[in-house]
Amino acid sequence: MAEHLLDIRGLHAGVEGKEILKGLSLTVGKGEVHVILGPNGSGKSTLMNVIMGHPKYEVTAGSIAFEGEDITALKTFERARKGLFLSFQTPEEIPGISVENMIRTAKQAVSGERVKLVPFRRKLKEMMAELKIKPEYADRYLNVGFSGGEKKRNEILQLLMLDPKLALLDETDSGLDVDAVQIVSEGVAKFHNEGNSCLIITHNTRILEKLTVDRVHVLMNGTIVEEGGAELIDDINRRGFTHILGEGGEA
Amino acid sequence: MAKKKTFVEDIERTLYDIRNEDHSAYKSESGLTPDIIRDISRRKHDPAWMTEFRLKALDTYNHIGLPTWGPDISELDMDKIVTYVQPDAKMTGNWKDVPEDIKDTFDRLGIPEAEKTSLGGVGAQYDSEVVYHSIQEDMVKQGVIYTDMETAIREHEDLVKEYFMKLVPPKDHKFAALHGAVWSGGSFVYVPAGVHVKMPLQSYFRLNAAGAGQFEHTLIIVEPGASLHFIEGCSAPKYNVTNLHAGCVELYVKEGARLRYSTIENWSRNMMNLNTKRALVEKDGIIEWVSGSFGSHVSCLYPCSILHGENARCEFTGVTFASKGQDLDTGASVICAAPHTSANINTRTISKAGGKATYRSAVKVTKNAPYAKCSVNCESLMLDSASRSDTLPVMDIEGDAAEVGHEAKIGRISDEAIFYLTSRGIDEDEARAMIVRGFVEPIAKELPLEYAVEMNNLVNIELEGTMG
Repeated sequence: MAEHLLDIRGLHAGVEGKEILKGLSLTVGKGEVHVILGPNGSGKSTLMNVIMGHPKYEVTAGSIAFEGEDITALKTFERARKGLFLSFQTPEEIPGISVENMIRTAKQAVSGERVKLVPFRRKLKEMMAELKIKPEYADRYLNVGFSGGEKKRNEILQLLMLDPKLALLDETDSGLDVDAVQIVSEGVAKFHNEGNSCLIITHNTRILEKLTVDRVHVLMNGTIVEEGGAELIDDINRRGFTHILGEGGEA
Repeated sequence: MAKKKTFVEDIERTLYDIRNEDHSAYKSESGLTPDIIRDISRRKHDPAWMTEFRLKALDTYNHIGLPTWGPDISELDMDKIVTYVQPDAKMTGNWKDVPEDIKDTFDRLGIPEAEKTSLGGVGAQYDSEVVYHSIQEDMVKQGVIYTDMETAIREHEDLVKEYFMKLVPPKDHKFAALHGAVWSGGSFVYVPAGVHVKMPLQSYFRLNAAGAGQFEHTLIIVEPGASLHFIEGCSAPKYNVTNLHAGCVELYVKEGARLRYSTIENWSRNMMNLNTKRALVEKDGIIEWVSGSFGSHVSCLYPCSILHGENARCEFTGVTFASKGQDLDTGASVICAAPHTSANINTRTISKAGGKATYRSAVKVTKNAPYAKCSVNCESLMLDSASRSDTLPVMDIEGDAAEVGHEAKIGRISDEAIFYLTSRGIDEDEARAMIVRGFVEPIAKELPLEYAVEMNNLVNIELEGTMG
């Protein structure tokens, strides 16, 4: 069996004493594209935040391993430096920090070396053009006054510039019009290769059109209740989530 | 939940804290009596009208009570303050003639260096008197006057008499009255009509003597169509006794003129900084205030702009940083007194380690000021739970069709913002530093270059590494 890039085992996690993830296990292999489906409130965003190490959430049992190394106790920035990246559902607005400054600082942090300004700028410009982000946005304050679509494209810009090993995409396509979904999904496809993996939360299949989905997990009430290939997406789209519970005869 | 504590460094003060021995030529007795005032006036060779002015101001001082609002200044004991300290130096236009210890002080503060590279003129005050003043030759040829107030009284008496303490009369408040009685030093600038002073003029005020007061008077007249950037810096070494700064700044911006007045105040933590600044702006004139308040134990500072002529404009940009033991009460005041006047106030305050930072402002639009436009944006950031921040904006709008906007924010560094940046691989301390730097960025970019460096030092964040 190929080495797992991400290996989550029996994960219990919650916030302020309230358990949200209840014994969740999940593995993602190198170069794979995985999709997580699940009704609202099932714990999808919590899972993403917990994988990224959000200090608000407490892991009470289980483990998260990345490239065979237990990262459950690592801080967020340490996880990022190991190659994890989270594309936020609602990216923060941070005044006074320009997009370019943030990405360059981050690139230096994750690569551990000085990032030369000229080649960095060239690449940034190139990526911004591909994502149809206006060049002046490089000097704008991070997400401040950006439209919903601009914020999401800015997330994908960071994904492409930082080039992590695993992209966690939390509803990156939500709230976007058709064209924007197209741009974002092309960006994700550009990121994905045999070395880079994606774990995607989505309610929309359009973002997946440019990708080959390897595995689909259905998350309900804090655990994975069903797994399968890409065909599971169509199945759920047709029949909804409840029939899964019905067939399983549980909960 | 285990949280890392971060530590935002204070301003590196070593530079400012180097004190010289007190070699003063003369010190007045501490306290305030008509005899002390007469003595100061005689030593300063005041004309008779100025001696009279001082005595009258002292009388006013004795009849006005302390302000009933603002920070606690009860520890200020005027009987212990030495109001006049004459340095053992004559004013000169050559640094070589400045006594060595005094020259060294200004060298460390980078004044002669800045003079060579980026300033059109420099004034340097040490305790109560100006010890150095210079201005570039070509400006003199254009009729620009930049000198100390004492010389101004001697050589331009009519001008001084016409403007001195007319904008801030001694009866304004107790410390204006005190200033009127004991003022000494400061700068006088006169820019003739249509003259654009290309390089900034900078006056630096250094208070070296313990237990003393500094009461410099700055009087600037920018005639119609002229422009000037004036920079004021101040610092003092730390003592265990209270020092007092009660300066006064009067700015006259005539029709179509433009004045930028930048201040970086870095007094030591035993300083009571009770300063009064006011600008009178005529038709189409612009006053731009850039104000950085980093030092002092207690500060009350609210530069006031009276927009007296149609279309007169005020831009106020301020940053205040209050750390341990500091109570900094700063802000701005604007009076729109003519049609189509406009004011834009933009401030940031930071408090840490138990410091208290208050933003206080008053915006008034009079009945004769239809179509006035005022916008106030004040934001405060508290870096820990021991620190305090308040915003007290007052607006009084009487004019018709006024456009008034106000935005106030008080907050802490958001956990979500930290999470966002750390999720990109930036460590927590750098993330906090970036957020604090970002918070003051709109202000920092307005500061004179040499002070922007200081600003950066201010937000250097270091990990203390304690868990808890």
